[in-house]
Amino acid sequence: MAVMTYLEAGKHALANAMRADPMVWCVGEDLGRGGVFGQYRGLQEEFGSQRVADAPISEACIMGAALGAALVGTRPVVEMRFSDFALCAVDELVNQAAKARFMFGGQCRAPLVVREPIGMWRSSAAQHSQSLETWYTHIPGLVVICPATPQDNHDLLAAAIRCDDPVVYMEHKNLWGPAAEVDEQRAPVALGKARLVKAGSDATVVSWSATVHEALAACETLAEEGVAVELLDLRCLWPWDKAAVIASVQRTGRLIIAHEAVSVAGFGAEVAATVGEHLHGDLRAPIRRLGAPRAQIAYAPNLEDQLRVSADMIAAAVRVSLAGARA
Amino acid sequence: MNAPPNIDVDAALALLAMMERIRAFEEQALVAAAEKLVLGAIHPSIGQEAVAAGLVGALRSDDVLLSTHRGHGHTLAKGADALAMMRELLGRRGGCCGGKGGSMHIADFGVGMLGANGVVGANIVIAAGAAQGLRLKGGDQVVCCIFGDGAINRGPFLEGLNWAAVFELPVLFVCEDNQYSALTRTMDTTGGPGPAARAESLGLRATSVDGNDALALADTTREIIARLRAGGRPEFVHALTYRRTGHTASDPAAYRPAGEADTMALQNDPITRLREHLLLAGCHEHSCNALRDNAQHEMREALQTARDSDWPEESAAFADVQDVGSPAQEAY
Repeated sequence: MAVMTYLEAGKHALANAMRADPMVWCVGEDLGRGGVFGQYRGLQEEFGSQRVADAPISEACIMGAALGAALVGTRPVVEMRFSDFALCAVDELVNQAAKARFMFGGQCRAPLVVREPIGMWRSSAAQHSQSLETWYTHIPGLVVICPATPQDNHDLLAAAIRCDDPVVYMEHKNLWGPAAEVDEQRAPVALGKARLVKAGSDATVVSWSATVHEALAACETLAEEGVAVELLDLRCLWPWDKAAVIASVQRTGRLIIAHEAVSVAGFGAEVAATVGEHLHGDLRAPIRRLGAPRAQIAYAPNLEDQLRVSADMIAAAVRVSLAGARA
Repeated sequence: MNAPPNIDVDAALALLAMMERIRAFEEQALVAAAEKLVLGAIHPSIGQEAVAAGLVGALRSDDVLLSTHRGHGHTLAKGADALAMMRELLGRRGGCCGGKGGSMHIADFGVGMLGANGVVGANIVIAAGAAQGLRLKGGDQVVCCIFGDGAINRGPFLEGLNWAAVFELPVLFVCEDNQYSALTRTMDTTGGPGPAARAESLGLRATSVDGNDALALADTTREIIARLRAGGRPEFVHALTYRRTGHTASDPAAYRPAGEADTMALQNDPITRLREHLLLAGCHEHSCNALRDNAQHEMREALQTARDSDWPEESAAFADVQDVGSPAQEAY
């Protein structure tokens, strides 16, 4: 066990995977300088410039080349800097990587991991702040992962690299810094399993990525009020742990979903619809969704804050749910 | 006709055999399309057989090829089975992609054919990465990436060629220039002096070849492949040819000047040209005719067998979606 940041935990997972398998390599802009956030610092010195490859600013080619390299049997890890920039490579990811195995009748696999950091990171404005995880959950063939803690960034990145499917791996930029104990020797985690952050019986809160930490703060506030909230961190959006969410809401009868992405057609809608279909008669209050308003993310801090889902908002939503009142 | 070149008759006959097979395959594919046996779009390569046979034929079987939506010829030339291809066009069991890809996603990884592509130019970046992956694995294979003239106006052309140059990858990029980008003449939508100049501007050695001369294509390609295999940098070939048919089987190509296609067929057919070379080199006409007859027989049989083949099992719709979170795991 060692205390490490979310950033270091991801780097350890990648380095361990590269040590274990010479076919694992990474490619992206500025990787030899550590990458834009330092997630790759020191890796080129250890593994050389062929396996930690410095790419031109050519997102489409980074993604497409990674696919080509995956098709011939290597396991590339792609760095996109910001999920916003990965939009320059959507054809390569959605039309090519996600479909290759299926449309070629199972002749190949496309085992690549696309790291595309998401989320609001103070005053990064509209083109460096988005949370676009829901887009990729809509695409058959892709796995979508949004880790919230250092341990999960370690375990899930390791699992993503082992996975034979193309994985969209979305770290949150605001989470790079916080540290926690990480056990690097833990057994491999299965993708698609939620993490029980806090057990409770009065209401279920489902969240992922950075908003998990807001939700946890809300749960702690509510605990002081005598309310026991169960908090589930989905961790993976595709596949997502439907069974864990349904089991929890079956017990609590109340569901609040909180995420940073735009609420409209966000993944919270999928969770809400699924729970509604399965547990309509068991719900004791309407399902509540918290996400960003459908507006661009602004530069000025007070404007940016208008779009954030805060711990206070989550706590208020839980109170409304407990009161049984309609939104 | 010029004096007969000093040609290797056996090699030239092999080229002719492949070109006849490609033409016969495309003709049967058009029959199948007319009979509604081909359900989706097909993009015939009639008139472009020299590029497939001359260029792809110069690759080793473990070299890697990436092709386009107009890729039947390239795929055959790489060694794919004609019956499996025809079944794929008809969406039948036993198709090279199990009936799940169709014409535009035809692929045979067993012979190094990593796929046609429904998106123009998308294969360029994939090819660059395939070469990078093969290098990481320590092989000496080269990668050949064929795209049309329309692709040079897409971003992946710039990104992929630059990438291969920067990483010094053994890729042969081939612009198979049939002069049309779907329904529009490429020259009407393209700035600058053309494909080779663009490649040269990115540091690639570029060679322009008569795309209807199979022998010249084969010779040029062999030299380039030898350089690439010896550790050379990526190269570019511009092969000017002509698309005899419309964009798809159902496109009458009414936008073309009257008589253009007929004139090209009469004056610059790659099969006729290679036959003439062979006859001048002393080859008997019946040897050439036999190749055509055999090819036509093979492809008629392929279509007959394909049309009698079953549809895929319905469960195949949910196979090979993905390992994690697949429909088989009730992930809906």
